[in-house]
Amino acid sequence: MKKKFKLIDLDCANCAAKMEDAIKKIDGVEDANVSFMTQKMTIIAEEDQFDRIMQEVVKVCNKVEPDCQIVL
Amino acid sequence: MTKKQKNMLARIIVAAVIFVPLFVAEHMGKLNFQSQLPVSFLLYLIAYIIVGWDIVYKAIRNISHGQVFDENFLMCVATFGAFGVREYEEAVAVMLFYQVGELFQNYAVNRSRQSITELMDICPEYANIEENGELKKVDPDDVEVGDIIVVKPGERIPLDGIVTSGSSFIDTSALTGESVPRQVSEGAEIISGCVNGGGLLQVRVTKEFDDSTVAKILELVENASSKKAKVENFITKFARYYTPIVVVAAVVLAVIPPLILGGGWSDWTLRACSFLVISCPCALVISVPLGFFGGIGAASRVGVLVKGSNYLEALARMETIVFDKTGTLTKGEFTVTGIYPTAVTERELLEMAALAESYSEHPIANAVKKAYSKTLSMEKVTDTEEIPGHGIRTRIDGRLVLAGNAKLMKAEHIVYETNDDIGTVIYMAVDGTYIGSIVIADRVKPEAKEAVAALKASGVRRTVMLTGDKAEVGEAVAGELGIDIVYADLLPADKVAKVEELLGDLSGKEKLAFVGDGINDAPVLSRADIGIAMGNMGSDAAIEAADIVLMDDNPLKIASIIRIARHTLKIVTQNIVFALAVKAIILVLGAVGIANMWGAVFADVGVAVIAILNSMRVMKMK
Repeated sequence: MKKKFKLIDLDCANCAAKMEDAIKKIDGVEDANVSFMTQKMTIIAEEDQFDRIMQEVVKVCNKVEPDCQIVL
Repeated sequence: MTKKQKNMLARIIVAAVIFVPLFVAEHMGKLNFQSQLPVSFLLYLIAYIIVGWDIVYKAIRNISHGQVFDENFLMCVATFGAFGVREYEEAVAVMLFYQVGELFQNYAVNRSRQSITELMDICPEYANIEENGELKKVDPDDVEVGDIIVVKPGERIPLDGIVTSGSSFIDTSALTGESVPRQVSEGAEIISGCVNGGGLLQVRVTKEFDDSTVAKILELVENASSKKAKVENFITKFARYYTPIVVVAAVVLAVIPPLILGGGWSDWTLRACSFLVISCPCALVISVPLGFFGGIGAASRVGVLVKGSNYLEALARMETIVFDKTGTLTKGEFTVTGIYPTAVTERELLEMAALAESYSEHPIANAVKKAYSKTLSMEKVTDTEEIPGHGIRTRIDGRLVLAGNAKLMKAEHIVYETNDDIGTVIYMAVDGTYIGSIVIADRVKPEAKEAVAALKASGVRRTVMLTGDKAEVGEAVAGELGIDIVYADLLPADKVAKVEELLGDLSGKEKLAFVGDGINDAPVLSRADIGIAMGNMGSDAAIEAADIVLMDDNPLKIASIIRIARHTLKIVTQNIVFALAVKAIILVLGAVGIANMWGAVFADVGVAVIAILNSMRVMKMK
């Protein structure tokens, strides 16, 4: 299951890399990509766990770059 | 400029208005630093807070989240350090300069992102549907297969379909890079993303939006940035180690020399502060993906879709290119290339053949019918019998007509002249007498020869052609095009084996590309380092499996994309070398006390801005 999310105010390329790293470490995430250029995030994970995973994604992203908003 | 950026600009101006007169006054000696300490300190502090409060706030917030060593924190430590050793003007100036740089960087990145996305702006916003005699605008997503949509002059075609009425010229340049408009009329297939010219078109939709060409292309391009080039990964990894190392070096610089030399604490602290400013990795991290993104944008403008930065990187090192013959170098459609009558005229021979083949839907039969081009009086044809592996035996106006290969002639004991032309030969006989032969062959694309030459000129060492055709056909085509090596008589599975063999011959970093278009090419496309598919003629499976898609099937574009790839890589390398070199030089100069914190800020944001501007050159590439 692959889902794409828009990111608002992702201002720094290094933060995007950090966010990507943090998301990949979440349990159940098969692959993740945060694109600074397109301001988009792609997450591949098990469908039945997606809601839980997204909650964690929001949490870790908030930790790395609180200014950046994920459009769910 | 966005609201956020305007806000920032206002803060910078206000802070500068306070800072500049203060700075000038102090240096002119009008304000005595020592005696008026609280006043000057307060004024500097106000300027600092106006321009830099958000940096301090973010630093504190991020530390509470466990994120140390981000650039906000580093800037805070550096400027606090400067305040601590009473270099107020330095602290404010550095923060001001940093914010100006950040603003400019932010603006430049947004601009370049916009202009790149504009290049790829092919998404239609609506579709017109006729309802009770009135046109209604609907979301392309809501249109179903079989619906009739209306495309007005100048509008973007929202969905793939077939023209049911009207005629017009359509501009396909957004998809193919081809600037000459294509004429379409009733019955023509059109693809979404193109722009309609002057005529009104009614189109029967053949694909839902999600399956339409435009949706697929957007999907590909958006996913492109997830496949990162090696340099890109290297830089993110590098940044992870770089910052902590420079920070440790800064601490060492602040503590050890004063201990050894016994004093000079404030001077060494300032030097350490410039280290902290330089330690921000953003300039490096930003310039690399931006360069690749620009390269992908430039490629899409010439009608080539690249599915990831890593493929641009691989293309720059491509040494061997393998072509599948049919559909890539040749048109993949059969045409009559020779008519050799003996007892009749060319026209009569062709008509006879067309009539004989009139009931067949075989590509060869279609080629003959197309060459004849007139309406056939099919009532003349009776008793048609297809003899598998031989040809056709039929009656035309009651006369026995044979049309087929040499085997058929032999089986029917016809005396015929052997035709050695390249291609498929149809021998014709009427009532037992040979009347001539027709040759049908796949024709080489007009650009193919130039494409091979351009590839060689750009430094590709080996050009290889694979084909399922007979060796003589393959060699004739290869000879005409200047291809180095030909492997003929291959089954689809053999192609994979051949490509693997060729991959084995590569040394070191050399890469191999495979160009194909058929369903059976998909395994080969994914096996090669770089799979290049034909987007127009190509099967969906091939486009899916490929890494690079040529939207207009023009093999000449391969040379253009190699040029773009090399240019992109060159600029990315320039950025990396430039950023690292400037940082290294300023670090050394800072450590010995020659470069001050201003130099350090330049090494951070200044370099980032220059790298961004350099990256933008990639987009202008053609």
